[in-house]
Amino acid sequence: MSLILSSAPHVRSKDNTQRLMLNVIISLLPCVAAGIYYFGWRAALVVCVSVVSAVAAEFIWQKLARKKVRVYDLSAVVTGLLIGLIVPPSAPWWMLVIGSFFAIMVVKQLFGGIGDNFLNPALAARAVLLASWPALMTSGYNVGKFDAVSGATPLLSGASVADLLLGNVTGAVGETCKIAILLGFAWLLFTRTIRWEIPVISLASACLLGWALGYDPLTTVLSGGLLFGAVYMATDYVTTPMTQFARILYSVGIGVIVVLIRKFGSYPEGVTYAILLMNIAAPLFDRIPAQRIYGHTKATKEGK
Amino acid sequence: MKATFRGGVHPAHGSKRPTQALAIRDFVSDTVQIVMNMNIGAPSKPCVKKGDHVKLGQVIGEAVGGLGIPVHASVSGEVVAVDAIAYLTGEPAQSVTIKNDFQDEWEELHPLGNVESVDPALILPAIKAAGICGMGGASFPTHVKLTIAPDKKCEYILANGAECETHITCDDRLMQEHATRVVDGLRAAMRALNVSQGIIGIEDNKPAAIAAMEKACQGRQGVRVQVLKTKYPQGGEKQLIKVLTGREVPSGGLPIDCGCVVLNVGTCAAIADAIIDGKPVIDRVCTVTGAVRSPANLRLRIGTITEDIIGECGGYSTDPGKIFFGGAMTGLCLPNDQLPMSKSTNGIVVMTKEEAVSAEEDPCIRCGKCVDACPIGLNPYDMKIFADAEKWDVCKKKHVMDCMLCGACAFICPARRWLTPSFRIAKQKIAEQAKKEAAAK
Repeated sequence: MSLILSSAPHVRSKDNTQRLMLNVIISLLPCVAAGIYYFGWRAALVVCVSVVSAVAAEFIWQKLARKKVRVYDLSAVVTGLLIGLIVPPSAPWWMLVIGSFFAIMVVKQLFGGIGDNFLNPALAARAVLLASWPALMTSGYNVGKFDAVSGATPLLSGASVADLLLGNVTGAVGETCKIAILLGFAWLLFTRTIRWEIPVISLASACLLGWALGYDPLTTVLSGGLLFGAVYMATDYVTTPMTQFARILYSVGIGVIVVLIRKFGSYPEGVTYAILLMNIAAPLFDRIPAQRIYGHTKATKEGK
Repeated sequence: MKATFRGGVHPAHGSKRPTQALAIRDFVSDTVQIVMNMNIGAPSKPCVKKGDHVKLGQVIGEAVGGLGIPVHASVSGEVVAVDAIAYLTGEPAQSVTIKNDFQDEWEELHPLGNVESVDPALILPAIKAAGICGMGGASFPTHVKLTIAPDKKCEYILANGAECETHITCDDRLMQEHATRVVDGLRAAMRALNVSQGIIGIEDNKPAAIAAMEKACQGRQGVRVQVLKTKYPQGGEKQLIKVLTGREVPSGGLPIDCGCVVLNVGTCAAIADAIIDGKPVIDRVCTVTGAVRSPANLRLRIGTITEDIIGECGGYSTDPGKIFFGGAMTGLCLPNDQLPMSKSTNGIVVMTKEEAVSAEEDPCIRCGKCVDACPIGLNPYDMKIFADAEKWDVCKKKHVMDCMLCGACAFICPARRWLTPSFRIAKQKIAEQAKKEAAAK
């Protein structure tokens, strides 16, 4: 009889990395569907090109660097999907390929691969694309159902709440239909893939500050990429804080910076930069020893 | 209201415990091998030799040192071997093998009678003489636990019936079938220490045990049942104390430092047996489950060989891949099925070859689930980085010594990282270092 000897625990939770990534992919499907509904076949193409190039980038890097190929963990699929959903529906294919390769190779793999990147790969890619091809990244929304609409960014137009909820406004492929995003959020919570704190607190703090600065709280949440960013980008495991107190600081920071950029910045939308800035701050927040440890009191600390 | 603690996981969520509905039945095998290092502390010294005839309950191993306990024959019959054995802890110890004559001829017993009328001064010596050590798994000598230093005061005795581990149902069945014994044992410990409050903590997935214990508590002085939320590690000593009393064991301290003593319900029942009947520990209830044909709750004589126990449960249902004593969260693996169970063996779980395969370690994705799960409030991902780098001093600064090795972080980790095993090593290394430093001074 040959028995395996190992150290406890002898059972593991069913949720491994691949399964968590799969949950994120499933949660993004309503957004993909909404994008295709509103923007037509171009949206499908944009998403496909980003996903395929992100997975290819991951595979090529791991082969070239002679690392273990971890494409099966599905994290590159998530990155590709996210990139495809935060660009304009008419984004040219080469721009998507560059974005995906940058996200995977530079932002993720150069820093050590999954778990070691300090920026959200998809958002960092968007920032680079925005800086490199500002015209392509801020126009080209008017395809599919919006063919005839002349271009104003959704933030500046006075769309109704119903239009904002349904996504009947122009915008990035996956960011417009808020109902689809909320469906995805519900799935992520139901499967315990993410915790509620980061999206809810960052949205709440954006609302509060926005309200203080004279914005309508509901429009603050429903316009632009805030909801998508709060649900899918701000909750990226790797680039968010690990401890509860740090998570709250991080979430409040995102909400505040988004509103400040909207109010005082020259960009119409600040979600990308707000989250990237807080990504950088996350490891610092984690160093704040705010967590109470069982059995530690002032007395035991002083005694040592 | 169901009380609970911070963090924790649900390892048995959705899984059935087939043995919960099965009554305890006796199993006596024709040979037992009784090891001398069942307790924490020095192994006992065998005081019988090959060829001796021993009676049931006769002392066959004498207590050695302050933490020592005596070991008793669990069957009557002939001693066929006294030899060395490599037991689970890895440290060599002696064992006594007895061929059962099935006469169950008892050694002369000295019952002390009703736990409410016995002279309290006689209780601790009786517990020591009965060879009782923690039956929840830790096997700490009970009489030592109940010996309170003069500068300390015990205000609560907590009976641990949480049974939060996966698979195991022996405490559940014991509470259902022998509720009065558990209360008697708790009362005996309370009287020995002159403590007025005794609380029995039970998770809410054991309604029958809760009902039985509540009934047994009626009319008894100072004892009550507290229902707990079902969550692992609810039965951890530190968590139980926090939930039942609102107090915390100071870091590096013992429960008595916050006025508490925690006894497993099986230990309580053993205390009652020792006082009321004068019986030493010769058997215990043990859950046998997993890949066996008919899982069971067995009352086993101490020293029953695993292979015989599996045979009593209908044999393996498929090729075994892993066997461990205890639950899946903290259980100790067996190298083969020839080893005997001991006083602290509350469960024997057989895993199939497929279940036994350990997943490969993936990179940490910093999801923070380990931080949320840690019942102590530590940052396992962070400690793991420094444990992997063998920076033990940094691990210590990050409070690895407060880790109780419950396994919650490793269970929940999506990257399948070996968190708990790393912390076990870190704790050993730090303890060794401290010993060296103490020796150098």
